[in-house]
Amino acid sequence: MRHQSFRHGVHPKEEKSYTQSKSIESIPLPDEVFIPLQQHIGRACTAIVNKKDEVKTGQVIGKASGFISSPVHSSVTGIVKEIGLNMNHLGVRIPTVRIQRTGDDDWQYLTIPDNWQLASSEELNRVVFEAGIVGMGGAAFPSHVKLSPLLEKPVDSFILNGCECEPYLTCDHRIMLEQTDKILTGMAIIMKMLAAKQGFIGIEKNKPDAIKKMREQVKAGDYPFKVVPLKVKYPQGAEKMLIKAILNRKVPTGGLPGDVGVIVHNVGTALAVTEAVVEGKPLIKRVVSMTGDALHSPKNVEIRIGSPLNYIIKHCGGLKEEATSIILGGPMMGVSLFDLSIPIVKASSGVLCTRHPQKSSQEPGPCIRCNSCVSACPMFLLPNRLARFSEKEFYEESDRFGILNCIECGCCVYVCPSKIPLLQWIRVGKFIVNENKKLAAS
Amino acid sequence: MEPTPEKMTNQSKKDPKEAFWKPEGIPLVLASSPHVTKNTSVVKIMWSVILALLPASVMAVIYFGRSAVFLIVVCVISSLITEVIIRFIKGQSLIIKDGSAIITGLLLALTLPPTFPLSSAVIGSVFAIAIGKQVFGGLGYNIFNPALIGRAFLQASFPVPMTTWVLPFVKFDGISAATPLGLFKFEKISTDLLSLLTGNIGGTLGETCALAIIGGGLFLLILHHADWRIPLSCLATVLIISTGFWLVNDREFANPLFHLLSGGLLLGAFFMATDMVTSPITPKGTWIFGMGAGVLIMVIRLFGGLAEGVMYSILLMNAVTPLINRYTKPQIFGEKPK
Repeated sequence: MRHQSFRHGVHPKEEKSYTQSKSIESIPLPDEVFIPLQQHIGRACTAIVNKKDEVKTGQVIGKASGFISSPVHSSVTGIVKEIGLNMNHLGVRIPTVRIQRTGDDDWQYLTIPDNWQLASSEELNRVVFEAGIVGMGGAAFPSHVKLSPLLEKPVDSFILNGCECEPYLTCDHRIMLEQTDKILTGMAIIMKMLAAKQGFIGIEKNKPDAIKKMREQVKAGDYPFKVVPLKVKYPQGAEKMLIKAILNRKVPTGGLPGDVGVIVHNVGTALAVTEAVVEGKPLIKRVVSMTGDALHSPKNVEIRIGSPLNYIIKHCGGLKEEATSIILGGPMMGVSLFDLSIPIVKASSGVLCTRHPQKSSQEPGPCIRCNSCVSACPMFLLPNRLARFSEKEFYEESDRFGILNCIECGCCVYVCPSKIPLLQWIRVGKFIVNENKKLAAS
Repeated sequence: MEPTPEKMTNQSKKDPKEAFWKPEGIPLVLASSPHVTKNTSVVKIMWSVILALLPASVMAVIYFGRSAVFLIVVCVISSLITEVIIRFIKGQSLIIKDGSAIITGLLLALTLPPTFPLSSAVIGSVFAIAIGKQVFGGLGYNIFNPALIGRAFLQASFPVPMTTWVLPFVKFDGISAATPLGLFKFEKISTDLLSLLTGNIGGTLGETCALAIIGGGLFLLILHHADWRIPLSCLATVLIISTGFWLVNDREFANPLFHLLSGGLLLGAFFMATDMVTSPITPKGTWIFGMGAGVLIMVIRLFGGLAEGVMYSILLMNAVTPLINRYTKPQIFGEKPK
């Protein structure tokens, strides 16, 4: 059986009990949404609406520029108030469209085929593109690009990623339980687009109810998919680790899953594909896990893209006194927020509200070469070495030791007994190595 | 940068002094991911090593009484004082949070014969900390195992007291004994395995009770505070080489179990060679390190002038560890084998 896991990795505390058993809730539509024109990897969209334009729910407001780009749509029905620069969660100013909602949804649907099972891959790809679907697991890579494989790199397998290996997050878990049919339909659509021969659904073993439900639905719908329960280990949900665990194939360094004939998509992305292809709805909403011990009512909420975070927090009971650390994403790879008025975008899977652990503000100690990081790194790098290279500005050496292969999962920092900021140094090193390469190429 | 200069107003709607929406007065802390860490620390690792050395230390005290206690206490205290003084000179904090100086002192004491003069033990501890560790930069920067550096220094400076042994439970009345290795090498007298296991033999404080050392060593391995590959490769190499020679000529060469259980091999394999700072950082490297140490130990034991070779073998392997690190880089996930 192919139920082996990947090697190395760490076991952070799961902390899923805050929101694991809570069904997805809806909250009232916000009065205003802020739709950034860049919510994906690739080039930003160009706005095709102007101030005072009336827009419908699902109407395109930002056109994709180039192949690796994805359009953005209005997530409510209303009037464009302004188009300007807004700071995103990383502090980067992004052109954003601010829309004031005027009432309930008046939909602008996509043009879809009557029966997707008879449509061509090109037709389905067009719908996925027009729906603005990007990777919902966090990467936000435009899905239509992933779903149009090159002729010289055919895809034989598709993996649906239901792992959700980050602690605290449970949005994928809940949609697997509550939107099972749509997810499986999405998977079928994707497999048709890829002409893939086999399909797998990877779910970590800490979600037995989801595994059971998915299995039942696969059987009921007579889908040729295989549900694969995986050992609970972080970062099992990372693409490369998932492909290794399920298919025992290694994505080559500097390569993509397509190089080994596999494509991986998050369950949320599959759900969005169904809503686009079958219902004609572009990507304008998603489920977010609002969680953490410093939030009064943690829950899984379905919200419209562009809803301001503080609006959502208010509907989760607000923050407690001790909330000093608000993280967009999970605790291992999430981004610390400095401003809670930022809008939720397509790839935001969760918000963790907690008290900042005081211990991490301590001075890091010397590296005692315990090699815990070496034993934890799923990419088989030498984090202690790479961090030291970055610190001493030996960028050539760090490149030779493979610093660009780091997937920034954070396993190394997690295990370091000296509390050395290994990944943080590696990030600096990666940035400079890339910059140097760009300079050398120009 | 971006052309449109119109700034969004959702942020500036609030009081300009309070740019962030937050509960009154509590600032948001920013950090780079990851935001959680495992509940581990250098202090925990060091104290687990000290705990693992307790059985052996207790046995040493049982067998050799007061002299063992004095030696251990003197070595540990001199190590600590040396460390504090040097940190003071360097201008570093004087609070020694990690227990590494204690471990160096304890390990050094365990490599000394019970009759070793206390004054010389102090000198050895000072040397171990000052030259074995601090001169290189302190914890994490030393190339050689500090306790072994101290022992090597004492061996060179005080060779006679370093090789004067007594049997357990004996009052010091001048009758000296020999270690099992010495007995075999120089007089071809074997020691029974039970004595080796329980430690009722002559030797340094830490060379006696094999069971106590193995127990402590396994404790460390289970906690993952020592790389299991090192004792495994070292002991396996010793086993293979000694078996080979023993099969060829069992009168000239001792049997493998004898080699495994005698001398400082177990203490060295479990506690000295596994010292994190001075052993390789790569998995492949640790195999080479252990095997190399095993080979050197057997070469010295079988063909060298000394009865015991653990100390020098480990120090030699420490010396080539940077070289080993350089040439045993692990294959990156997805890397094409060159």
